[in-house]
Amino acid sequence: MTDTEVFLQQVIYGLSNGMIIALVALGYTMVYGIVELINFAHGDVFTLGGFVALTIVGTLGAAAILDPATLGDASNWWLLVGLVLACGVFCGVLNAAIDRIVYKPLRRAPKLTQLVAAIGVSFILVNIALFWGGTPMKVFGGGSAAAASKDFPELLEGSNLLGEESNVVLRLEDVSVFLITIPLMIGLTLFVRKTRLGRGMRATAQNPVGAQLMGIDTDRVISATFIIGGFLAGAASVMWSLYNNTISFQMGFRAGMDAFTAAVLGGIGSLPGAMVGGLLIGVIRAMSDQYIETRWTNVVVFSVLILILVFRPSGLLGMKQREKV
Amino acid sequence: MISHPCFAAVRVCSSLLAVSMSASSLAQNETAAAPVATASSVKIVSSLPRTGSANSQTTSMVNGIKMAIAEVGANIGGVAILYEDWDDASPQRGNWDPAIEAGNAEKAILDPTVMAYIGTYNSGAAKISMPKLNAAGMVMVSPANTAPNLTKSGFGEASEPAVYRPSGIVSYFRVVPTDDVQGAVAADFAKEIGLTKVFVLNDREVYGKGVATVFEARAREIGLEVTGVDGLDAKASNYKSLVTKIKQSGADLVYFGGTTQTNAGQLAKDIVSGGLKAKLMVPDGCYEQAFIEAAGTKALEGNVFVTFGGRDPKTMTGKGKEFYENYVKTYKVEPEGYAAYGYESGKVVLTAMQRIIDAKGTLTRASVLAEVAKTKDFSGALGTWSFDANGDTTNRTMSVFEVKGGVFSTVKVVD
Repeated sequence: MTDTEVFLQQVIYGLSNGMIIALVALGYTMVYGIVELINFAHGDVFTLGGFVALTIVGTLGAAAILDPATLGDASNWWLLVGLVLACGVFCGVLNAAIDRIVYKPLRRAPKLTQLVAAIGVSFILVNIALFWGGTPMKVFGGGSAAAASKDFPELLEGSNLLGEESNVVLRLEDVSVFLITIPLMIGLTLFVRKTRLGRGMRATAQNPVGAQLMGIDTDRVISATFIIGGFLAGAASVMWSLYNNTISFQMGFRAGMDAFTAAVLGGIGSLPGAMVGGLLIGVIRAMSDQYIETRWTNVVVFSVLILILVFRPSGLLGMKQREKV
Repeated sequence: MISHPCFAAVRVCSSLLAVSMSASSLAQNETAAAPVATASSVKIVSSLPRTGSANSQTTSMVNGIKMAIAEVGANIGGVAILYEDWDDASPQRGNWDPAIEAGNAEKAILDPTVMAYIGTYNSGAAKISMPKLNAAGMVMVSPANTAPNLTKSGFGEASEPAVYRPSGIVSYFRVVPTDDVQGAVAADFAKEIGLTKVFVLNDREVYGKGVATVFEARAREIGLEVTGVDGLDAKASNYKSLVTKIKQSGADLVYFGGTTQTNAGQLAKDIVSGGLKAKLMVPDGCYEQAFIEAAGTKALEGNVFVTFGGRDPKTMTGKGKEFYENYVKTYKVEPEGYAAYGYESGKVVLTAMQRIIDAKGTLTRASVLAEVAKTKDFSGALGTWSFDANGDTTNRTMSVFEVKGGVFSTVKVVD
């Protein structure tokens, strides 16, 4: 492999990993922007999305899906889109339900109380995922080892799009990450910019009391925010499972940590910030694996984060801290 | 490593608890004399990771221990032999947990009827319980620890292994050959099949790093080119970038010192999906069905070699064959690789107890420890072997496996 090929390959991996991180990061940043809560359970909502995806795949019949002959078929693309929608809706509803049951009663409680509640929810969800891993289904390895990582079947054909001779590998999995993530991000941006509910969100983020005085139903806005954030996490979980071909009950921890870091790096509360932050972390990870050493990657990521926060305390694209009324 | 920010807090609390427990147990030992079993029953406990993907491997080992106990009718000279199966893993880690392993050791020490501690599975876990059990004079027999620095000097820190033997007596024994043998056999095999360039990875744990270091040293010695060395993050979502780096290095073999629980399966997948046309070689921590399940057969078929300090249970001879047949008859499943080692560990302890009773002695921690240490020319499922002065088995059998049709199949056996 020439140096250019290596660099190109790392950019591909960095961006595709980063896209997934960015999708999860959007959920953190949106919720923070509206209710100023670091939703620690977000990563675990993401985990459950992966489990829903595998359960659906298993129910539809692993045999038909695993048949290599059908891998290139268009039906698998529809299955993928279906999975993204199903897991998105599941995670959206779950996220909104968590808000309704746990966070809403604590809305006026001290911030620390909400934070601890979020950590509690995170524990509950992790353990649900752990039990789920014991589902007696073939795709879950018969459920004999609940905590074990589960193999997620390849839904898309695995050959190299640049030709088998090419040193740079670009597979449908990599492409699918872009094909699904970019429209979702554009859709989100348009939604927040152009629609009435989106305007309500921006208003609530700016000044919740003011928004309420202007006749905006802030409770509805908050629910919508949780639904959308959850939807993106669900979509990300499908992309993640497909991309790594593995799910585990702990997958949300690392994904959540990367995403939260990305949200902070980009400026928490800022949507473009979360996207930029996610992509940046993905690329930094890939470059560090290549040009430094894998064992130093976490150190590199967090050093960059600290450096940026020292010079720009509100993150790359973060707004100045708003005055609380 | 820690799977949640707040688990960290929990972990700190539990290790504090473990520390305070250890303080109180020391105090107790000073006031009360060493525990003596006058009762009509004694206990053997095992501490193995029962939560997580190592579960099917450890279930197999526990079955082996139970078989050994059942063979003596759970009774030696009128003394009932009780057995407890303890877990040293936590769901949060899905792998062995230092706080729980420490707690298990304390629990065993505090229970005066516990005569022997069978464990651990992970060498890192052994580091925690070894000094505690040694100070309490309790014999520890590991069916699966392979890190050489637990018993031999010159492999790890200068303070090892003395630091695990505060009482100065060898109280830790193992029935499995160590990684100084395994790593070397792996490197020799790689050369034998014509591989020339190797990239060495480890999971940054005691066991994985240990065996990878031995492999690397041996590889350099016999003239294999080491194109790179790195430690990976066992919790990373994928290793695609790392695989690209390995690809650039031109390696035709990736050696990973690690286990199924430290993401060997994901690495195998990413080697294939990243278009790296190199073989993967892993040590005995991956010699379990869970590894094949985690990686998927597609990633492994013809691409992976697994080394293991022993034989495929199916191909064992003599008492090993008897063990295999009894196991299949009793449990109606094929044993995993370490089942025979669980059985052998149990057998060694029970045989020592039998010798004590035969000599009209009483079963105490001290007498059991002394008797286990005397194990010589032991004829068991793993062949005829002895414990050497370090507590290691004299057994040197090593196998290399590949994955064919979704199961491990033997490529080579080195005696």
